[in-house]
Amino acid sequence: MSDRLNVLKTYKLYVGGKFPRSESGRVYEVTDAKGKWLANAPLSSRKDARDAVVAARKAFGGWSGATAYNRGQILYRVAEMLEGRRDQYVREVAEAEGLSKSKAAEQVDAAIDRWVWYAGWTDKIAQVVGGGNPVAGPFFNLSSPEPTGVVAVLAPQESSFLGLVSVVAPVIATGNTAVVVASEKSPLPALSLGEVLATSDLPGGVVNILSGRTAEIAAPLAAHQDVNAIDLAGADEVLAKELEIAAADNLKRVLRPQPVDNWTATPGTDRMTAFLETKTVWHPTGSLGASGSAY
Amino acid sequence: MPTTAPNALSDVTASDSTLRRFLHGLPGVDAVGLEARAASLGTRSIKTTAKAYAIDLAISMVDLTTLEGADTPGKVRALGAKAVRPDPTDRTAPATAAVCVYPDMVATAKEAVAGSTVKVASVATAFPAGRAPIAVKLADVREAVAAGADEIDMVIDRGAFLAGNYMKVYDEITAVKEACGASARLKVIFETGELSTYDNIRRASWLGMLAGADFIKTSTGKVAVNATPANTLLMLEAVRDFRAQTGVQVGVKPAGGIRTSKDAVKFLVLVNETAGEDWLDNHWFRFGASSLLNDLLMQRQKLATGRYSGPDYVTVD
Repeated sequence: MSDRLNVLKTYKLYVGGKFPRSESGRVYEVTDAKGKWLANAPLSSRKDARDAVVAARKAFGGWSGATAYNRGQILYRVAEMLEGRRDQYVREVAEAEGLSKSKAAEQVDAAIDRWVWYAGWTDKIAQVVGGGNPVAGPFFNLSSPEPTGVVAVLAPQESSFLGLVSVVAPVIATGNTAVVVASEKSPLPALSLGEVLATSDLPGGVVNILSGRTAEIAAPLAAHQDVNAIDLAGADEVLAKELEIAAADNLKRVLRPQPVDNWTATPGTDRMTAFLETKTVWHPTGSLGASGSAY
Repeated sequence: MPTTAPNALSDVTASDSTLRRFLHGLPGVDAVGLEARAASLGTRSIKTTAKAYAIDLAISMVDLTTLEGADTPGKVRALGAKAVRPDPTDRTAPATAAVCVYPDMVATAKEAVAGSTVKVASVATAFPAGRAPIAVKLADVREAVAAGADEIDMVIDRGAFLAGNYMKVYDEITAVKEACGASARLKVIFETGELSTYDNIRRASWLGMLAGADFIKTSTGKVAVNATPANTLLMLEAVRDFRAQTGVQVGVKPAGGIRTSKDAVKFLVLVNETAGEDWLDNHWFRFGASSLLNDLLMQRQKLATGRYSGPDYVTVD
């Protein structure tokens, strides 16, 4: 029997590449599936949400301007770091969701694989959703996808880690920056994810993670004039409706909650394309000679 | 400290040695105490109606500034339009106090703010270094005044000040004051970031006020350390004490590095708690800033609508 005292972890928010406590100073108790106390998590206020948006906006220029190849490398690095802390996530997911060790391990492995999957998409999405559009005239036009901007993401409430990764990775893969509201009941895997992101060369502010009451944090985010889109995955039907109304004020893109039975299924590109704009550039094709087009 | 008779300070400037004796006789500054005081006043929580009042007051105190080599007449006109009507979507937003430009842009600025309450301030005296012959500096000032500047922001000769040549600095300020004539108010910039110590800032403040400054101003905004709560607090103490001794009120203008509404409100708390309510007016207190105004406007929109605003809803300067 060791005489060592327990070293308990203080879970903190992840905002702008730093680990602050909530501005409000509040915390709430997080319990495991059986109701046993696990840790205190920060209970974020609307000011934390505001600070997170400022950090995300600041990071947007650099992240959206980085080459797709570079973003892919960084996301792959995130997967590498997750792999190194696999045991920690298995424990946290098992506690949070009341899963057996092996079931939790399946979830964590699927989450890591998902990072890798989205890392590969960063420099391929443009070929899939962009394109050259022949038009009827002496012009040619080209469409390319552009990130929407700052995206507020309400992470799924039930799947605390795989669900979280499945909604965050597609948002940032295409160059958006994100303000993520973690699962209210099980925020610990999300808060730990911040520690991985901070050591993966991901620029500070690209992902900002808040824990607390989803309804309390989501309301100012949905109404915020400097948030460009919101993913309502973690909102129930009543809250989602309220938030969608608030989001309409500055014409945010809204991704409505869709029931997901099985987060391990291959997600497709929908979550990436939900937060992309299409930029179309018209090109003159030069003079048309007697034999037709000059290009 | 000298006695409180109004003319008690007139013999202070009689000669180099009396001036030096007076300035070095000023009590030393307790640096730790000053910073702690400034920091503790910064923790006041200003909310709801008080915040709305503070934001409007701060907007009305902004000297909207552009001092770049790349300033064009178009940019100065845009700045003037913004000074007159900071938030085009909300006519209740007050105008700023002034626009602050280089001397050659004064005429353009004057035209841009014509018919409004907005004043035109011009930096002069070889801003920002101040390293030019006195004749050049005075010509700089006269040109700006002739072009219609309502206020002149001069820089002191920091080299002379740091060398202990106080009389030279004094004479220069009085000469510039004379060149301003009756129409233009004179702001004296100390460049506190280059004065090294709080004692020096206190001495410079008194020196400037003795020489006839209408405003004392912290910095040019061109060096690493600009306005801080501590050096502004120190200058506010100086203007308070100066009025108590001479009956003459002098304004204060912190400039550079104030970018958020929160910072601006902290400075207003300093003003109210140190100099008093008499200074809570744009005739006696100014912010030298450019990006601050956008943040004030975004906070104002937040108070009006309840939603956090964003940079898409204010102008890009």
